[in-house]
Amino acid sequence: MAKLESNLKNMVLSLVFISMGMSAALGYVYLLTKEPIEKANKEKEVSAVKMVLPAFDNDPVKEMKVIDGLTFYPATKGGQFIGCAVNTFTDKAFSGTFTLMVGFLPDGTINKSVVLDQKETPGLGTKMKEPKFYSQFENKKIEGELKVKKDGGEVDAISAATISSRAYCDALNKAYKLFMKEFAAKDKTVVADTAAAVQTNVTNN
Amino acid sequence: MKMSNIKHLINGLWKENPTLVLVLGTCPTLAVTTAAMNGLGMGAATTFVLVFSNLFIALLKNLIPDKVRIAAFVVIIASFVTIVDLVMKAFTPALYAALGVFIPLIVVNCIILGRAEAFAQKNKAIPAILDGIGMGIGFTLALTIMGSVRELLGNGSIFDIKLVSESTKTILIFILPPGAFFTYGYFIAIKNRLSANK
Repeated sequence: MAKLESNLKNMVLSLVFISMGMSAALGYVYLLTKEPIEKANKEKEVSAVKMVLPAFDNDPVKEMKVIDGLTFYPATKGGQFIGCAVNTFTDKAFSGTFTLMVGFLPDGTINKSVVLDQKETPGLGTKMKEPKFYSQFENKKIEGELKVKKDGGEVDAISAATISSRAYCDALNKAYKLFMKEFAAKDKTVVADTAAAVQTNVTNN
Repeated sequence: MKMSNIKHLINGLWKENPTLVLVLGTCPTLAVTTAAMNGLGMGAATTFVLVFSNLFIALLKNLIPDKVRIAAFVVIIASFVTIVDLVMKAFTPALYAALGVFIPLIVVNCIILGRAEAFAQKNKAIPAILDGIGMGIGFTLALTIMGSVRELLGNGSIFDIKLVSESTKTILIFILPPGAFFTYGYFIAIKNRLSANK
């Protein structure tokens, strides 16, 4: 077949034909991948929640609620409140914002935290994903506010990435404040009980 | 396989390496080669798009009038990039999490439009596919090696495997943007020197 001449009719027809064909293909792939994508996203959320909390038996993603822009995933075991995962973020990061998932025990102790999404400088800020940095927050009770050593706090900042380290603390502080306001502070007496219950649950397992 | 077909396949590896000789696709080259894994992932995703866009453009070349060819190519390329994006998101979420930001970047990669313009629209389907594979592998190799060098000098590791102790000082600038230009410059110089000797 000879090449089509560049006249108006051919140009319009050719572009319409190609655009329609490609749109149809895209629409088909979209329908095909819609469900797997939703499933994958949900799994990602659930796995992040699982990572930062002790074992639970409810569906925290179903019970999640959004408070002041942060998403809370309350976790229970046998009806007992055993902690809450918080999807928190900071806009004080070195480049843009990053989001963390942090799990609090009922008394406000940080269980674990994990970076969900970040755009920090590779090799510098990205070191916050290494255990050397994030493990210092495990089982830590926030007294007042988390601060890096440079600012008079007790957090070991990543060398050459103080801003990223500060931002990490900022995200944790933000989550902690809201968590204490919404969950822990409501019922101070229960808190001690649930903490004990968590202990027994853990030993029962 | 015909002799000329083999030539199309290996053309992109060395003689017309898209990164080092054609100097196309420099934006992703400079941006993503902070680690060997990133270079490899970007190269693989680009190769996939390159092969399919070359194939489609070679098949449709007679249906596309010359004056609107660029518009038509862009529609085809962008569609394939979106398809790759959706499919990876759905079926390989872990890989997508690592490469997510680079996938949409493939649209603006000049190699794909460049090969469509310079090769696929003038050739039949099979040479176009082979050219896509060759160019893709050439791009992937260049990016992976550049990523390895930058990761080694800047972070003391290759493919996330630490080769020096945690406390060793590394040359940080190599994983920062200026390091990309240094490395790229040296790579092109070395390539030119090696080719000149032949």
